[in-house]
Amino acid sequence: MIRDLTAKLASIAIMMFARALTAARAIWHETGLPPKQSIYFANHSSHGDFVLIWAVLPPWLRERARPVAGAEYWLKSKLSAFIGRDVFDAVLIERDPAARTQDPVEQMTAVLNDGSSLILFPEGTRNQTEARLLPFKSGLYHLACRRPDVALVPVWINNLNRVMPKGEFVPIPLICTVTFGEPMHLKAQETKDEFIARAEAAMLALAPPSTEDDA
Amino acid sequence: MSAATLDMLKLLLGVGGILVLASSIGYVLKQRLSPDGSNGAIENLNARIKAWWAMVVLIAIAFVAGRVGVLLLFAFCSFAALREFITLINTRRGDHWAIAAAFFVVLPINYVLLWAEQYGIYSIFVPVYAFLLMPIIAVMRGDTRDFLLRIAEVQWALMICVFCASHVPALLTLQIPDYEGRNVLLIAFLVIVVQSSDVLQYVWGKLFGRTKIAPTLSPSKTVEGFIGGVASATLIGASLWWITPFTPSQAALMSFLITLMGFFGGLVMSAIKRDRGVKDWGHLIEGHGGLIDRLDSVVFSAPIFFHLTRYWWSLT
Repeated sequence: MIRDLTAKLASIAIMMFARALTAARAIWHETGLPPKQSIYFANHSSHGDFVLIWAVLPPWLRERARPVAGAEYWLKSKLSAFIGRDVFDAVLIERDPAARTQDPVEQMTAVLNDGSSLILFPEGTRNQTEARLLPFKSGLYHLACRRPDVALVPVWINNLNRVMPKGEFVPIPLICTVTFGEPMHLKAQETKDEFIARAEAAMLALAPPSTEDDA
Repeated sequence: MSAATLDMLKLLLGVGGILVLASSIGYVLKQRLSPDGSNGAIENLNARIKAWWAMVVLIAIAFVAGRVGVLLLFAFCSFAALREFITLINTRRGDHWAIAAAFFVVLPINYVLLWAEQYGIYSIFVPVYAFLLMPIIAVMRGDTRDFLLRIAEVQWALMICVFCASHVPALLTLQIPDYEGRNVLLIAFLVIVVQSSDVLQYVWGKLFGRTKIAPTLSPSKTVEGFIGGVASATLIGASLWWITPFTPSQAALMSFLITLMGFFGGLVMSAIKRDRGVKDWGHLIEGHGGLIDRLDSVVFSAPIFFHLTRYWWSLT
């Protein structure tokens, strides 16, 4: 009870902080808001990425959206476990195949079967390179095979990597945008490589044209 | 009720009346020309009027809350403006600490000094201390690429968004004989003259605008809008002499200078937007764009208005 209340308050505080820092604004696709149950897949450059997506979603979409995150990172300390599990209700998956007791795709499918949405980062890890996007892992494809009915919504988070670059611990306030693309589905007879290439292209299409380097 | 409160009440009633009129006109225009919300210009006009209501209510609350309220309001404006500005400039990893210092050290100290009425140190804090310390913080990171450009941009952001903008609440620190306790009315005077000049330039321009005044900077600004707006805002300023320490002709001259600075300030800020390839500074105020889009003319006129008033009227 107290734990739930603390988690609720913490989520509001984290969201207010994210908003004050970034004035985060959603740019929806012209077809409107994403479907109630979706798999949001986004670029990953900062620990704050899912907070930002979460913060810009309207409440009825937000309450069912669960981020997918690496278990070894979020279970490191009591505080991060509290934030990961209680505050954001994250689906914690084991990234190291050797240490796995559960198949991540099974875990995520089970969550979808419960009616929740997923926020996931198909690059698998934070992108700290000069490249705009790292090659996608195949989880997105396997998920699309299991639940072809659930819409996959590409998302591009812009500027958050400048708010808190790698190795810094004080964030700076900058305006961030979260752009949502057109929901997509796995096509009949589409191969894994074709689908992944299409998903990558859909996400990159949402990125602003690169005019300057933000190295 | 003190005389200052009474004057403030009269002003608010006046501004409220104008907004009621504007909202009614907006409503009639919408019914006649854009009942389905398809006319972009009318939708934008109504969004702007709505945002004006919000801004007036916010400023009124700050005035009621007194000195601290006004300082907090402008500290927030500086924060939001700086955030818009820094978002658009070239920064590199090496600027991280300098920018963090701008937000979390320089900005608060600037406003605390105003709150403490330490005018001497306030007036040089950003132009001298921050000016010298910011590049020192940046240089520690050892990244020399575009160094001058990068530190100059952060410097400019601070001067515009923090130092210049804070000259609006700085008006509260002036000590003008026979004007004690009424300084907040100077802020009202400045804001009303600048903003009515912006609005009237827009209205005159929409009605009679033919000749573009600065086609490469701001295609919507016209000679007719400029002359009509400046002249009518100067008249409004002159008619408000009773809330200022000025005579009617002094109030007119002040208003004229304020509107000129505001106009040219708008052009300067447009040039920066063009260079950065954006139409608005942000999306904070619906219909208006970012906060800087609304604040640009105030930022340029406030320091000049402050110093003219200080030089000729204030004891401090």
